[in-house]
Formats: sequence, structure tokens, C-alpha cells
Amino acid sequence: MRRTVGALLRKELLVELRTLESVPGMSLFAVTTFVVFHFALNQNTVSGDEAAGILWVTLLFAAMLGVNRLFVADQDQGGFDAFLLAPVDRTAMLLAKAIALLAYLAVLELIAVPAFGLLLLAPPLSQTMPDLLVVLVLADIGIAAIGTLVAALAVQTRARDLLGPLLALPLLVPVVIGAARASSPLLVLTHSSGPQGRWLATLALYDLVFGLIAYAVFDFLLED
Amino acid sequence: MIELEGLVRRYGEREALSDVSLSLQAGQTLVVFGPNGAGKTTLLRVLATLLRPHDGEVTVLDRRLPDEAWAVRGRVGLLGHESLLYRELTARENLRFHARLHDLDLQRVDELLAAVALTDRADEPLKSLSRGMVQRAAVARATLHDPELLLLDEPFSNLDPAAVELVAPLIGAESKRTRVISSHDPSGGLAQADLVLGLRDGRVALLRAATDVGPEEIVELYR
Repeated sequence: MRRTVGALLRKELLVELRTLESVPGMSLFAVTTFVVFHFALNQNTVSGDEAAGILWVTLLFAAMLGVNRLFVADQDQGGFDAFLLAPVDRTAMLLAKAIALLAYLAVLELIAVPAFGLLLLAPPLSQTMPDLLVVLVLADIGIAAIGTLVAALAVQTRARDLLGPLLALPLLVPVVIGAARASSPLLVLTHSSGPQGRWLATLALYDLVFGLIAYAVFDFLLED
Repeated sequence: MIELEGLVRRYGEREALSDVSLSLQAGQTLVVFGPNGAGKTTLLRVLATLLRPHDGEVTVLDRRLPDEAWAVRGRVGLLGHESLLYRELTARENLRFHARLHDLDLQRVDELLAAVALTDRADEPLKSLSRGMVQRAAVARATLHDPELLLLDEPFSNLDPAAVELVAPLIGAESKRTRVISSHDPSGGLAQADLVLGLRDGRVALLRAATDVGPEEIVELYR
């Protein structure tokens, strides 16, 4: 299983490195959105709930660009068939795709979060980053699990570009709520507490539930 | 090796394969003829376990489908219209990816690249190779894991005569593998066949030993 996941992940990252179809688009979208917010709100800085909302909605929509592209090369170039013909555990593809999406999200956030700090955020990032990192990791796991599941379903339909976001966004609303609530206390000028524990627990529970659902149903999504 | 009894496969309401029955022994070659849309590719995809039969009994490599499809995967080599290779990756990267999926020694990749005369172009992205070269890489991919059963959908399209000769030890009669080939070439197809299946609108229009079939009967299928 580990060898198969490794092979799929290596292929996934190689294809992305060669095509640059996902990560640059996701990053550019996020940075552009922050610039638009900067001018549209007519504010130099935001903090608290407002900052958390802007950050997480932007990251969510940027993530959707990656989710939509996740299985496109496999569907268009026969990679699905080649994988289905191999004597391997099909869950390996779920794991490899989810890890790849996690990697894309990590790169996106390496670019988008500093840009957010520079363009909009009132408190310095250095003050919020260690605690915000925990929220980012938990939210990314949820986005990766749900995104992979939905992408596998949507890619087999003709309206995959429309169906992916339509299915994913309602499922990801709890992730955005949890992540925004957990990070809101971190994004104020004089924050003295860490992220709210109950929202972190909610995110972790949601990750676990959707991780298990994805594990249980992924095989059936690949079946004829 | 392959036993079909009343195989039915539908796409929505339309029956792509209807009541197809045949038997193929190990080491034999079945060549399937028929006009476009007759069900040739569907038949190959059912045998490859990529499509589920909707009715009838299907046994491939002595395993019943779809229940025992897991035991058939990895023992079948499929060469279809698509190369099943990633255009952005090189031939070597693609074959190494497949070798890892089939748990093979990576040495096998170099052997296959040499066998299809792609060693010199093995490190170029597939999108920069000609269609014939991509087809040769696809032959290497389909035979990398030394499959017992080859499912070949018009395998010699895009190949020049020299390339056909080159891949013959891998997918030709010399390979000594059981083969199911779809073809539009009456004389070339008959030369490969032990058993001939003619399909028209998903139904069996012809099923006979190759020695009892003439090219004119194949041509008739297309009228």
C-alpha cells in the first residue's frame, strides 16, 4: 500500500510540476482576492471576525480550483483505467490524491497567508502564526478529504467544473465556520489566548468523520 | 481461459452487447470484427474488468466477473485507443509508474524500452513524441507486467510496418499469449486469428474458427 501511494503521489507531483495547472492558479487567485478586498472594503487593515472570514473564504475558493483539477489528468489521459487494471488497493489513490491536495494547500498558504498579512491583517503575522498554523492544518485536512471525495465523483460527469464546487461548498461550510471561529481570536491586535479549543475539536471531528466516509466510499466511486 | 454465456452490457437503455456467448482456450487468439459502434471496445473493457457485465456469465482467466475481478487485474494487458500514459511524463517515468503499481523490478522498464526501440527517446515527455512512438510506449506499458491475457483494440493503428514487426514479439502471435484483438483489417486480422467473432449492433453475427472464414464474410459485416 505504501509503495502504491508513493508511486501515485510521485506521479501526481511530477505532473503538477510539469504542467503548473493547480498551485500557481490557486495562489494567484488568493492574492488577487486579497487585493480586491483591500480596495473594496476601503480599509487598510482588518482584524477579528472580519479578518478570519476574508482569510477562510478566500482560501476555500482558492482550494476549489485545485479540487476541480485533481483528477482531470487521470480522466483525460486514461490514468484511471491504468490504475484500475493494476492489482492494488484502490484506497491508495484516495490517500495519494488527498496528500497531493494537502501539499498544494500548504504551498498556497505559504504564499497567501503572508500576502494576507501584508495587504489586510492588522496584527503582525509573527504574533498569530504559531496558533494559526494549528487551525490551518486541521482545516486543510478537512478540505483535502472532502475535496478528494467530491473531485472523484464530479470528474466522471460532463459538468465536472460546475458539479465539483456545487457538491463541495456545502460540505465545506462547517470547515470554514470552524476554521474562522477558531482563528478569529488570533487575528486581533492584542490577542492573549490561543485558538478556541471547541472549534479545533469540531474541526478535528469533522476531519475524522469525512476521512472515514471517503475511505468507505472511494472504491465505489471508481467502479463502473 | 475466457467463457462468455449470454453476456449483456448496456449504456443506459441501449444494449451495447447483447447475448454474446463464446469460449476461448489458453494460447488462442480471438479476433473481433465489426463496424464502429458494434460493441468491440465494450467487449474488451468488460474482459478487462473495467466495465461490469449487466447480465450473463463471464469467466476470464478462470475467474468469474465481476465478483472475482480483483483476481484478474494485473494478469491482463489492455492496449486501447488511449495510451493510458501521461503526456507530461516521459516514457521512462510512465513505465516506472506502472512498474511500481504492478510491484515490478524497475530493470524491467529498461528491457521494455529497448524492446520497443524507445531507449533513445525515453527521457522526453510523451507529448513531444510521434503517435507511433506513443503507441510503442503503450505496447511496452501493456506488456510490462507480462500479462497472461492481452486485450488489444486495433493495436497496429499508428504503427508503420517496421514498428509492427518490432512489437510482434510482445503482442503478436510470437508472444504465445492468449489474445483478444479488435480489428477492421479482414486479411490481417484473419491471419492472427484462431477464432473469429463478428459483431453487429452488439449481437453475434459471426462466430467460427478462423480456418472456416473468408475475408469476404468479414467485409460483409460492414455492409
